[in-house]
Parts: sequence; C-alpha cells; structure tokens
Amino acid sequence: MSAIDMMGPPQKSGSVLGWLRRNLFSSIGNTVLTVIAAYLLWLTVPPLLNFAIFDAVWTGDTREACLGEGKGACWPLVWANFDQFIYGRYPASEIWRVNIVFALGFIALVPMLIPSAPAKRFNVILLLVVYPLIALVLLAGDRPGLPPVPTSEWGGLLVTLVVAVTGIVVSLPLGIVLALGRRSSMPAIRMLSIIFIEFWRGVPLVTVLFMASVMLPLFLPEGLSPDNLLRCLVGVALFSSAYMAEVVRGGLQAIPAGQYEAARAAGLSYWQTMGLVVLPQALRHVIPGIVNTFIGLFKDTTLVLIVGIFDILGQVRAQLSDPNWTVPQGALTGYLFAGIVFWIFCFGMSQYSNFMERRLNAGRGR
Amino acid sequence: MAADTAKPMRVSDKVMIEMSGVHKWFGDFHVLKNIDLTIKEGERIVIAGPSGSGKSTLIRCINHLETHDAGKIVIDGIELTEDLKRIDEVRREVGMVFQQFNLFPHMTVLENCTLAPLWVRKMPEAEARDLAMKFLERVRIPEQADKYPGQLSGGQQQRVAIARALCMNPKIMLFDEPTSALDPEMIKEVLDVMVELAREGMTMLCVTHEMGFAREVANRVVFMDEGEIIEQAPPEEFFNAPKSERTKSFLAQILAH
Ligand SMILES: Nc1ncnc2c1ncn2[C@@H]1O[C@H](COP(=O)(O)OP(=O)(O)OP(=O)(O)O)[C@@H](O)[C@H]1O
Ligand SMILES: [Mg+2]
Repeated sequence: MSAIDMMGPPQKSGSVLGWLRRNLFSSIGNTVLTVIAAYLLWLTVPPLLNFAIFDAVWTGDTREACLGEGKGACWPLVWANFDQFIYGRYPASEIWRVNIVFALGFIALVPMLIPSAPAKRFNVILLLVVYPLIALVLLAGDRPGLPPVPTSEWGGLLVTLVVAVTGIVVSLPLGIVLALGRRSSMPAIRMLSIIFIEFWRGVPLVTVLFMASVMLPLFLPEGLSPDNLLRCLVGVALFSSAYMAEVVRGGLQAIPAGQYEAARAAGLSYWQTMGLVVLPQALRHVIPGIVNTFIGLFKDTTLVLIVGIFDILGQVRAQLSDPNWTVPQGALTGYLFAGIVFWIFCFGMSQYSNFMERRLNAGRGR
Repeated sequence: MAADTAKPMRVSDKVMIEMSGVHKWFGDFHVLKNIDLTIKEGERIVIAGPSGSGKSTLIRCINHLETHDAGKIVIDGIELTEDLKRIDEVRREVGMVFQQFNLFPHMTVLENCTLAPLWVRKMPEAEARDLAMKFLERVRIPEQADKYPGQLSGGQQQRVAIARALCMNPKIMLFDEPTSALDPEMIKEVLDVMVELAREGMTMLCVTHEMGFAREVANRVVFMDEGEIIEQAPPEEFFNAPKSERTKSFLAQILAH
C-alpha cells in the first residue's frame, strides 16, 4: 500500500491497479457496489460454468452416460437430438434442402451487412425477392425432384428462423408505411393507420396467434383455409409492423420541419422527400429501437408453440418426454442449449446495431 | 459601397412574379392583407419590416410552402393553384435559401447539391456532379465537397445552401434572412456571393435586415408591416425620403444600430 501511496496521481495510461482504483474503487459508494457485484458474480458464475462445462458430460451414446452423482449438463442428449432441434420433423433424406436454404441466406446476408461491399441494390433484390422464392420452393417442395414437405413437419430452429425472418422483413417496410400514414395530412389515411396500429398493439401476440390458427378457419369456407404456419406468419408480421410503426414514428418526429421544406422547395415529390431526405435520417435516429423490436420479435417466435407449431424451444420441450433420454438434468440441458442459440442470434443483432451506430456517427462531424 | 458598379443591371419587361389581392390567414390571424406585388425579370427586391409582419409568409407563398387563401399568384406564367403538377413546375423554377440553411445532414456537400438535379431534373450523374462543382466553385468552397454539413462553419453552410439552390438553374431566387443566423464575421462571405448573383441578372427576392446590401444591389425595397405592403421604392428614395410614418420609425430603429 505504501508503495502505491508514493506513486502520486495515477497516470491516464496507468497500471492495472490505477485502472482498478479509477473505475471500481473511486469512492465509498463505488467500492460498496463493486463488492456487491463481485459477490453476486461469485454466487452465479462458477456454478453455471461448472454445470455447463467442467462437470458436464460431453460424450456418450445413451442416457446411462449422464447418470450418477455430481454430473453437469448432459450434452450427448443435445448431440443425439440435434437434427430435431434444428429441423423438427423435416424428413432426414430432405434435410440437405434446409441446409442449402441456410447457406444461401448466409451468403446473401453477409455482403448486405458489410457497408463497403459493392452492389447494394442488387444485393437487396437478391435478399428480399429472389432468396425468399428460392427458399419457399426448396423448403415446401412439390416440384420435380423435390418431394413436398408439409409445414406441419417443419420445426426447430428452421421454424424459429422462418417466423422471425418473415416478421423482420415484413415489419420494417410495413411499419414505415404505417408510420407515414399516421402522420399523413389526409384524414382517411391517418385514421386507417391509427386504427390498424392501435388494434394490433392492443392485443397480446398469443391471442393473435390463437385467432389466426383456431378461429380463422371457422370463418373461412371449408378447404379455403390457408396453411397453419402461413396464418401465423401473417399474424406475427402484422403484429410486429404495428410496433415498428411506432418506433419509426418516433424517428420521424425528430426531423425538423426545415428538412421537409428544403426538400419540397427543391422540387422533390412527397415520396422523394420521404425516401431520400426524411427516412434516412429518421431511421438512423431509431436504429436501437428497430433492433430492439427485432430482438423482441425473435424471442416472441417461441409463442407459436401454443398453436401446435414446434420452434426450437418447442422441440426441446417435446424431446423431454423421450424415455431414451430421461435424465435428471435433461430439462436444464435442453433449455440451456435453446438459451444459447437464442442468445447468439440476439447478441449478434445488438452488436451489429452498435457497430452501425458508431459507423454512422463517425464522419458526421457531430 | 460599389453602388455605381452595381446599378447597370438590366431589368427586362417580362413579369416573373405577379401577386394580386393575396390574402392569408393562420386561423383567425390575418397574416397577409391584400398583397399586390409585381416583379420583373432581373429585379432585385429587398423585403424589410418588423418581426412578425409577414415577410417570411409572403415569400413562402411564392413557392407554395404556404398556401394563400385568396387572390392570385402567377410565377413565370404559371398560376399557383392546388394543382400539384403546377406547384412542382414552379418549385423547379424557384430556388430558396433559408435562415437555418436546412442542409441535409446525412449527405455530403456534393450530394446535397446533386440531389435535386438527379431526382427532379433526371440529370445523368456525371453531369450533375460537374454542375454542382461549378456552383461550389462559384460560392468558393469546392474543397469542402466531400465533407458533411455538420463539419462546416455557418457561413460555409449557407454558401452550400446557395449553391444547392443554384444547381436547379432557377429563374428566381428567394432568400429568407440568409444572414440572420450567422456570426458577424461570416455575414460578408455570404453577402458577397449574393451580390455576385445579383450582378449576373438573377431575379431575387430577399428578406433581410442588411440595409447595406439593400442599398448596394436592390432596385426596389418593399416595406411590410402587420401583413400589408406599406410602401415600395428604390433604395435611395426609401432610405432618404420615406413617405409613411411607419417606415420612418422602422428606419430610425434599424439604422440606430
Ligand atoms: N404556421 C403558423 N401558424 C400560425 N401562425 C404563424 C405561422 N407562421 C407564422 N405565423 C405568425 O404569422 C406572423 C407572420 O409570420 P412571419 O414568419 O411571416 O413573420 P416575419 O415577418 O418573417 O417575421 P420575422 O422577422 O420574425 O421572421 C407572425 O405573427 C407569426 O407568429
Ligand atoms: Mg421570417
């Protein structure tokens, strides 16, 4: 301690001790908080690491491998059921089709996310028009060489991604249109937008899914009712559009009237003003809110379970009743796996949004 | 002042702006009262008057940023009605510069300038670029072309705003207090650009408190108070022999500084 006392004020670039003192022990209040936080971490992190890694069973072919005192997560359970968790009941001989869809999506998405990658306009069309069509043909099949796979056999991460990606891709443009409609000077359009938004914001997603899945077929003529998954997709997309509309509206409100006036005075039309001047600024303001809505939507996809569609969480739960893999830590292991998968996607989205924000703020001179 | 070099600017007989019997209300508030104003091609008009007298509202009616409730406004032969096509036609001919610049902060200086030529005039990209650079040189900031507005000083931003308006090759330029938001040392750089523009024969309408500018380039000063045009006269007459009492007291106030 005395050696430290002799050192004088800590340097900006200083030592580890200097950093600790500046950031964790700068005042009594700060020190108390540091101690409490450290205690909480010590309570939670080591048991979690022990369960998931150090005491975990990593190999084995049957449940016997996971039985016994003091054993942690039963990872062989996940390995053995991996295909179910990812593809649901999709026929094993056709799984290559899903893999191609995953791979193509990845290939089309990555250059989209890299700001400096060329041909953005082409990339957008590829991702939003060409890719969904290819994905639909490959997944649903019923073409020469592609036997049909009904959506009732889709499941696991595949369904999670289909629901989430559809929701994300539909909700942003539809949300923008609704937000513009809500601020329109035409009363009829404004009213319709308000009614639409407030209706969907007022009902829980569970109700929406239940209505779409159970009630809708009762109203529609026999045989005309569309596919169960499709109905849920529409429900999720409309539901998240209403939330997106309110996020976008927040951004629109931050744009000063002078921006509209300058654009209109220069002769730009309403849609040019919105598309070239107002929306690019408004959307930038609300990137965190948009990504937040995406993340919420991604996690809400788990609710499709209540209408008999098995997303990744549903598959994990369904697997728990498999007598071949009943082990005491089975539920914990399965949920931990599902949690990790969700975390990877959601954390990825939030990190990307942080990256975009930093990038957009740099070079703006503000 | 270089009054003698400024004066030989030609004014043609062609009428560019014709306002007759124009009225406007904001709710119950009568902002513009029976405005009659005729402006010929090449004229430089300065509009002066106390705060709240309706100067901004008047020039914003000319490119239909505000709608007039009664009377007639004809711009270069096109009458302004609710017809959106005509409004767009007029806006293509009329450039506007605002007190707060209103540059688009998410675009570079060059992109600000090429936006309307590209999307409204459908000009090829290379041509729009050349045009923008030409006008950025005219306002003496070509070296800032790739910066964002937030990185420029107020005076530089306002000169970009002028260049942006000029890129549409307007027949008429409207200025609404273009120097009021600027620090004193930047006012001159903007006024210099405007004086040059006047020399080239641009039809200009300028709301400003810069009376030196009015003396140097205006061929007519229009004085407004409480929504009415009180008097209009060439600058020498306006400053030296104002007719109305209201003009006199306004001049006494403004020239006292
Ligand atoms: N959108 C509006 N709604 C209601 N009143 C308005 C609106 N815009 C302006 N006014 C009022 O109309 C009057 C004239 O405004 P205008 O901006 O034309 O004045 P001005 O002569 O330009 O004043 P200044 O020198 O302060 O810019 C003011 O009293 C103002 O409060
Ligand atoms: Mg004004």
